[in-house]
Amino acid sequence: MALSEAEREAIREEAAHYRDKSAASIEALKIVQQRHGWVSDEHIKDIAEVLGMSPDQLDGVATFYNLIYRRPVGKKVIHYCNSVSCWILGAEELREQMEKRLRIKLGETTQDGEYTLLPIVCLGACHRAPVMMVGDETYFEIDPARLDAIFPVKT
Amino acid sequence: MEKPLTKNFKADGTPATLEEYLQSGGYEGLRKALAMAPLEVQQTVKDTGLRGRGGAGFSTGVKWSFVPMGDDAPRTKYLIVNGDEMEPGAFKDRLLMEGDPHQLVEGVIISAYAIQASTAYIFLRGEYRLAAERLSQAIGAAYERNYLGDDIFGSGYDLDLYLHTSAGRYICGEETALLNSLEGRRAIPRAKPPYPQVSGLFGKPTIVNNVETLCNVPHIVHYGVDWYKGLSKTADAGTKLYGVSGRVRRPGAWELPMGTTAREIIEEHAGGMQEGYSLRGFLPGGASTDFMLPEHLDIPLDFDAVTEVDSRLGTGTLILLDDKTCAVRFVLNLEQFFAQESCGWCTPCRDGLPWTVDLLQDLVEGRGRLEDIEQLERMTGFLGPGNTFCALAPGAMEPLQSALKYFREDFENYIAKKVRVAHG
Repeated sequence: MALSEAEREAIREEAAHYRDKSAASIEALKIVQQRHGWVSDEHIKDIAEVLGMSPDQLDGVATFYNLIYRRPVGKKVIHYCNSVSCWILGAEELREQMEKRLRIKLGETTQDGEYTLLPIVCLGACHRAPVMMVGDETYFEIDPARLDAIFPVKT
Repeated sequence: MEKPLTKNFKADGTPATLEEYLQSGGYEGLRKALAMAPLEVQQTVKDTGLRGRGGAGFSTGVKWSFVPMGDDAPRTKYLIVNGDEMEPGAFKDRLLMEGDPHQLVEGVIISAYAIQASTAYIFLRGEYRLAAERLSQAIGAAYERNYLGDDIFGSGYDLDLYLHTSAGRYICGEETALLNSLEGRRAIPRAKPPYPQVSGLFGKPTIVNNVETLCNVPHIVHYGVDWYKGLSKTADAGTKLYGVSGRVRRPGAWELPMGTTAREIIEEHAGGMQEGYSLRGFLPGGASTDFMLPEHLDIPLDFDAVTEVDSRLGTGTLILLDDKTCAVRFVLNLEQFFAQESCGWCTPCRDGLPWTVDLLQDLVEGRGRLEDIEQLERMTGFLGPGNTFCALAPGAMEPLQSALKYFREDFENYIAKKVRVAHG
């Protein structure tokens, strides 16, 4: 069994907020991802069983949403905003800088397993562009110097 | 100038506490509403003419009036807050939820009472972690004081409110796609009719309202129709949270009378363009609105006046195109967003948006042909209103069709290889 009893309990608790328990599918995926970093095929099977769905039905949900990862990711996912206001203010230059500094391309994970670099659509803080999230943390008004400070080079 | 929606915002960015909210008149609206009949509350909101702040601008009171009421109505009804703010350029709902979470919670309770909803959900985009934290606290505090739960203030009215954090897709902002998402499915829009007011979440009558819309409700009930109408400069009532992003000196958001001009917003509040940049055009209400030009700066930004220059007020958060940013690349960025965020359900959107992106990409990379511009023009019709399942693709065509109209030379310059210095 890929899911712990605590995870099952947390999923059942969310399911109680809805008329149909399958409505808690997104919450369930997030509960599991919070603990494991990503959602494996085993997890899909187990969650589907708890929610009374077929695994394929749940996978259809899991693969639809930007913030559910169906492949392993680093400890922290970098979501840099690539939408219009951040783009005007240099988001692509920041991406290039991150790729160089972390020695990865978009979609890849650093060798030490620390970061995965992904784009994200408008983060809703356009007045403080460019914006990005690193894990749960949101960073605003990023410039090259600030970017270097967010990702200190290990010596 | 009164600023009901943002009066409790603090300079240090911390949220208004419940005590501060109560001192500013908070929950007085709820007390008053519970002493009124639900239909009276509906009528009050209808009388103000409040129009939905999510972008479509439909009358909130009229929307509510389609919900079945009375003894024969279904007992289970839902009120849902659309807090899935993902329109590029929009950031106003984030500020409202982070700055004064209690205001939204009170707005939810009053509005739920008005339609006699039994359960309410806040559908919040997953990336808004701070808003999620603050709303959870505000909901908890409301339960503790019996503003939520059973028999609210001894009125006999019961309401539960849950926070749902989404997992990210722009289409969740479309109200029927939002319902599918809340039911745990892929966020694909539903056919209408039936409309959600009659058959929405789990087939029950459902109202979906935008965050800013609902934040207006406590003040309307507390201070009345005449007061509310007096806040605006035009026929559209109330204040509006306007925002500006792009190359201005002080990008930000400001609560101003509805109908404030873009000139006042950009020049006074946002401090004007940055040194060395001038304004070429702007999207008045997020990515899915048509460009307006500097010659439109003195038009009042309300729902009706903006349509007279073939655009839409949308979310009221302006994105500026400056003279050093290429209009074609600007539009390419927008179309990449829409192509990625298409849910894939209907063919014009699923296939047409990536095709549009390819055409624009060819242009900026020097592979464009003159007929590509004509093809882009045809796309704005193929993907326009009436040809798609929902408003995503037509929205995507708005900045494109207006860019082709106003900045055609920029497109042609790529073909004539006279490319101006482009960004990105």
